[in-house]
Amino acid sequence: MGDYKVPELTEFTEIPALQEGAMSHSHPYLAAPEHQEPLGFPGELVEDWHDRAIARFGELLDKSRALRVYLDSCVRCGACTDKCHYFLGTGDPKNMPVARQDLMRKVYRRHFTFAGKWLPWLVGAEDLTEEVLDDWYSYFHQCSQCRRCSVYCPYGIDTAELSMAARDIMDHIGKGQKYCNEIIGKVHTIGNNLGLPGPALADTLEGLEEDIEDETGVKVRLPLDEKGAEILLVTPSADFFAEPHVDGLMGYAKVFHQAGVSWTISSYASEAANFAMFIGSYEQMREIALRIRKAALDLGVKRLVFGECGHAWRVAYSFLNTLAGPWDFLDQKYPIPQHICEFTYDLIQKGALKFDKSANDDMTLTFHDSCNVARATRMGGVPGGQFEIPRAIARAVCNNFVDMAPDSIREGTYCCGGGGGLLTDDLMELRVKGAKPRMDALNQVVQTDGVTHMIAICAICKSQFSKVFPEYGMGMDRVVSLHQLVSNAIILDGQTTDEDDDETKAGAAPTETEE
Amino acid sequence: MAVLTAIFTVGFYAATAWLIYGLLRKIVQYWRTPAPLKIPTMPAPLTRGGVAMRLVREVVLFESLFKSNKWIWLFGWMFHAALLLAMLRHLRYFTEPVWSWVVLVQPFGTYAGFAMLAGLGALWLRRVLVERIRYISGPSDHLMLALLLGITASGLVMRYVARTDIVALKQFIIGLMRFDWQPMPTDPVLAVHLGLVIVLMTVFPFSKLLHAPGLFFSPTRNQVDSAREKRHLASWAAKLEARGE
Repeated sequence: MGDYKVPELTEFTEIPALQEGAMSHSHPYLAAPEHQEPLGFPGELVEDWHDRAIARFGELLDKSRALRVYLDSCVRCGACTDKCHYFLGTGDPKNMPVARQDLMRKVYRRHFTFAGKWLPWLVGAEDLTEEVLDDWYSYFHQCSQCRRCSVYCPYGIDTAELSMAARDIMDHIGKGQKYCNEIIGKVHTIGNNLGLPGPALADTLEGLEEDIEDETGVKVRLPLDEKGAEILLVTPSADFFAEPHVDGLMGYAKVFHQAGVSWTISSYASEAANFAMFIGSYEQMREIALRIRKAALDLGVKRLVFGECGHAWRVAYSFLNTLAGPWDFLDQKYPIPQHICEFTYDLIQKGALKFDKSANDDMTLTFHDSCNVARATRMGGVPGGQFEIPRAIARAVCNNFVDMAPDSIREGTYCCGGGGGLLTDDLMELRVKGAKPRMDALNQVVQTDGVTHMIAICAICKSQFSKVFPEYGMGMDRVVSLHQLVSNAIILDGQTTDEDDDETKAGAAPTETEE
Repeated sequence: MAVLTAIFTVGFYAATAWLIYGLLRKIVQYWRTPAPLKIPTMPAPLTRGGVAMRLVREVVLFESLFKSNKWIWLFGWMFHAALLLAMLRHLRYFTEPVWSWVVLVQPFGTYAGFAMLAGLGALWLRRVLVERIRYISGPSDHLMLALLLGITASGLVMRYVARTDIVALKQFIIGLMRFDWQPMPTDPVLAVHLGLVIVLMTVFPFSKLLHAPGLFFSPTRNQVDSAREKRHLASWAAKLEARGE
C-alpha cells in the first residue's frame, strides 16, 4: 500500500474541490504477454499502436449503437459531475463521468467527426498521443462500470460502455490489464477465476458438508458434477472459501436441502463471474458463458440458478440469453436463469422455510445494493424486484434491519469501490478512496441506528469491504452474505437445536419494521 | 437590396437541405448500428409501451435530469420549454391563413423569449461559476450558448425595441416556401437573427445538438427489460455464432 490518506468520513458525502492530477499516478499492472496472448491480444504494445487503436475504435463504432450515440450526445450539462464515487473520493476532475468520457470523445471527434477533423480547437478534438493513451489506461481503470452516472444523465449516457470500449481498444494494441486478463485466462483453462481445479473443489465442498453436519446434525449435501440433478448452481468461485462468501454458499445449500430439490455445482463451469465484461470483449464473454451452456447440457439439468454476485448476475440476467442461448432445453416454467434470492424468496412466500430470526439478533443490519444488480438487472416479475426481494429476505431472517440514506441505495446506490475489474491490490488507494461515499452512508446508520453489519449480495463487494473496512476503522467481518443470515436462521428438518418449536415461526411475511 | 435577399434565400435553402441531409444521415447511422447487448438502466419498463412512456417523460419532463440536479433541470427545462413555445409562435410566419392554435400560442410565445434568455443566462453562469462545470466546458460549449442567446436577444429586440416589417418578412418566408421569391426586409437586427438561425441549422447535424435524436436511440433508455424472456441478438453477433459452431 502506498502513502495515501484515507478520507475522513463526513455526515453527508460532500462534493470535493477539484484537485487536478490527484489520481493520475493510479494505474493497474500491465498484462504480460502470457496474459495477453491466450486471449488473442498482442503480447505488448505494438509498433503501430496508434493506427491499430483508431482502426479498432472504428470497428467498435460500427458494432455498438451505445458507443456511437453516447460519443455524439453529451452536451456537457454537468449533471453527472458529482455522481461518481471515484470523483467524490478523490476530487480528481478526470474522474467526473463527463471528463472521463471526454478522454475518449476527443479522440472520436478528431478521427471520426467533421468538426473534429477541421476545427479541432473548437470542439476539443485531440489526437491519440502517448499522453492521451496513458490517461486512458489510468482513468478507464478508475471506472468500476457501476452505471450510477447513467441513471442521472438526461440522455442515459453510460460511461461503462465507453470504459469497456476503451479497455477493448487497449487490449487490441497490447496494453491490457493484468488482473482481468490473467483471470480470464484461468477461466478458459481451469474453469474459474481462482484457478481452483476439480479435485480441490470436491475437497472444499466435502469440508463444508461436514461443517454443516457438525453445526446442525443434518446431512446437507453440496454435490459436484452430479448428472441428472435438477438445478445447476453457478456461483462466484470466491464462494468456495473466501469469507464471508462461503457462509453464503452454505446458506444456498441449506435452502436447496430444505426445498427438497436436487442440485449440483459443475467443476467445468465453476465460476459465475465473467471478467470479460469488464474488458468489453463480447467474444471472451461469450466463450466463458458457453462453458455454462456446456455444463448444463452435459449434466442434463433442468434449471439454472446463480449465486450472489453482482456483475455475474448482470451477465446472467441481461446477457446469458444473448451469449449462450437459446435455453430451450431447460424447464421453461422457471426464469432462465434464476437468482438464488428469487429462489429463496419464492420458498419464503410459499411458507416453505422456517426461520429462527433470533439467530441473527446479535446484529443490526443494513443492505448494500450492489451496483450491477441494482442498475443492470432485475429479480422477480416487477421492476425494482432487485431492491425489494433481497430486503424481504433480510427482514424474513433477522429482526434488526434499517436502510441507509435514500440517495445511496437502490438505483442511486454507490459502488463498493472495487467493481469493474479493479479489485486488485495494485489499485488499493483507488479502492479505499472510492469506497468513501458508501462508507459515509454506512457510518451514518452506524452512528444513528447502531448498525453493526452490512449485507452484500456480490462477491466483489464482499471482498472489497473486507479489505477497506479496516482502513476506515471497522472490523473486516462487518460485511455479511445475505444467505449467511439465511443460513444462521433457517431451521432444517430434523435439526438438533436446544430450544425447539415455540421459538420457531415460519418467516412467511415480514411482520414488523417499517414499510 | 437584391444581394441581401439572394444571400438569405440561398442560405436558407442550403441550410435546410444540409440540416435534413445531416440529420437523416445520423439517424440512419444510429438506426443501422446494432446494440449487441441488453443494457437498459434498471429499473426499466417491461413493455414497449412502458418504454415509450419512459422516453416521453425524458423528453417532456427531463426526468433523469430532475433526479440529478434541480438547478440544471430548472434552467434547462425552462429554456427548452420556452424554445418550443417560441418556435410554435413562429409558425405564424410560415402559414397563411395562420392556424388557429398558433394564434392561441401567440401571447405565451412572445414572453417565452424572456424565459429563454433567463434559462440560457443561468446555464452560462453555471458554466463560468461552478468549478466542475467550468472544467468540462470547452469553446464550443460557450459558443453554442452565445449563438442561442444571440438568436433570442435579436428576436426580443425586434419584438420589443425596434419592430421589424413583419408583413414583408412573412412574404419573404412564404415566398421561400412557394419558390416565389420576395425581397427580404432590410433590417440589420433581422439579418442578424436570421443569419444566426442559419448558423444553428448548419451546425446542428455535427454538434452536441445531436442530443435531440440521440436520446431516442439511447439503449439505456429505449430498451425493454425482457432479456430473460426474449433472446436479443445483433446481426454481427449472429454471424459470429454461425461461424463459431
